[in-house]
Amino acid sequence: MDRRDFLKNLGLCIFSGGIIGGLSADAWAKLIHKDYDPAKHYYGMGIDIDKCIGCGRCMQACKTENDVPIAPFYFRTWVERYVIRTDHSVSVNTINMGVDEPSDLFIERDVLRSFFVPKLCNQCDHPPCVQVCPVGATFKTDDGVILVDSKRCIGCRYCIQACPYGARFLHPQTRVADKCTFCYHRLVRGMLPACVEVCPKQARVFGDTKSFASPLGRFVRMNKIHVLKPYLNTEPKVYYANLDGEVN
Amino acid sequence: MRDFFKRIPEQALRILTLFILLAAVLFVVRQFIIPPELKDTDLQKISSMEREAAREVKYAGFHICSECHEKEKNIKKSGYHRDLSCESCHGAAQKHTENPTEVKPSSPRKRDYCSYCHTYNSSRPTGFPQINPHTHNPMRPCITCHNPHNPVPPKVPGSCAACHAQIERTKVTSYHALLECTVCHNTPEKHKTTPRVVRPTKPDKREFCGKCHDKSAHVKGVPTVDMATHGEKYVCWQCHYPHMLGGI
Repeated sequence: MDRRDFLKNLGLCIFSGGIIGGLSADAWAKLIHKDYDPAKHYYGMGIDIDKCIGCGRCMQACKTENDVPIAPFYFRTWVERYVIRTDHSVSVNTINMGVDEPSDLFIERDVLRSFFVPKLCNQCDHPPCVQVCPVGATFKTDDGVILVDSKRCIGCRYCIQACPYGARFLHPQTRVADKCTFCYHRLVRGMLPACVEVCPKQARVFGDTKSFASPLGRFVRMNKIHVLKPYLNTEPKVYYANLDGEVN
Repeated sequence: MRDFFKRIPEQALRILTLFILLAAVLFVVRQFIIPPELKDTDLQKISSMEREAAREVKYAGFHICSECHEKEKNIKKSGYHRDLSCESCHGAAQKHTENPTEVKPSSPRKRDYCSYCHTYNSSRPTGFPQINPHTHNPMRPCITCHNPHNPVPPKVPGSCAACHAQIERTKVTSYHALLECTVCHNTPEKHKTTPRVVRPTKPDKREFCGKCHDKSAHVKGVPTVDMATHGEKYVCWQCHYPHMLGGI
């Protein structure tokens, strides 16, 4: 083989390899769902604290939609009730799916302010959970959602420890880490996450952070926005309006 | 060439064969047995996203309901519940959209469902309509007075309330809330101008209450007794105060 032949063959080889590689990647990408292109979206959620009535419908819907165990402690999204008393002591508890026990009543004169804070995975731009996963099972998709590959996850709980927002839990049946996915299976079909769908007060707003005209785009323009634990530089994509300074 | 092989020592050839065999096994395992998504991070991501996207959708979304239930949509669109998704109350309905005749979504008819949102809770935002379920017409399902698709406060007859406001206020939370005062009190028109001279009647016969509450009367949803044996010598209102909560 002379030099000319060698170079010719080398060029052919690289070219055909490129074609095969490109084809296979394309073929895979189409499989996610019909014509859904993750690169065209970048999702975020807005939450208006002043609108939340703490009815717990979002928690209920999330559990139904995502087969999360009904037992308490397993939540992909949950609602915290903050009660700040006149002596500035703060008590926080997760509401029990909207059923408020009578023992929960307190002397209202002692209450300075009180409100509900819906919480979920913040789908951080710089996710600490992704950094610590020893097997690369949790990752960020092109549309900005953090997912857990349930086949690769070994259930070591590193990510549960690393999440500053406490958004992850170990699924008792599958024994792998589980968390909010923004209802990824609904997003690819162009639907809203289940919690946003059922919220009776539109306290939750969902949309594309890239889009100016999306409900989320409007939400972040019209409200004063705060995120949880901004000092950690995780850059959450769950934006809170009217958030109290005591919330963390 | 043959000389070359002959010159290689026997043991070296054996070890070479072993290496080639191992390499071949390794090649087969890597190429055909290990699935491609375990070798390539991008493929792993895509296969995981694909699995996530293939999950079952359970909440159908608010657009689809109005395709069939136009009547409810039209009632709802101008009422206080206009922003509510149908599935907030009726539950996940994707199965119902796929098979409308056989799978029916739930319709909450009991008090406890409405009270998820409308029970008084000091953490709820100011202005959100809330009630105390222990004093607000207890034991009665909310839907007897409020249409859930267009919830407005029920109309209580108002003409007597100008003077008898105390009775009116008691009565609105009683079982008799929807009865006009004139159903039981025969009120001459002159009572309005000369209230002390011309007085309205009170039901003075047991048979009057018996019209609805005797066991022979078949009025839907009204408790009945056997008037022949139940407290025979007394007039009903000597024991049951009809304006009162619960009527007892």
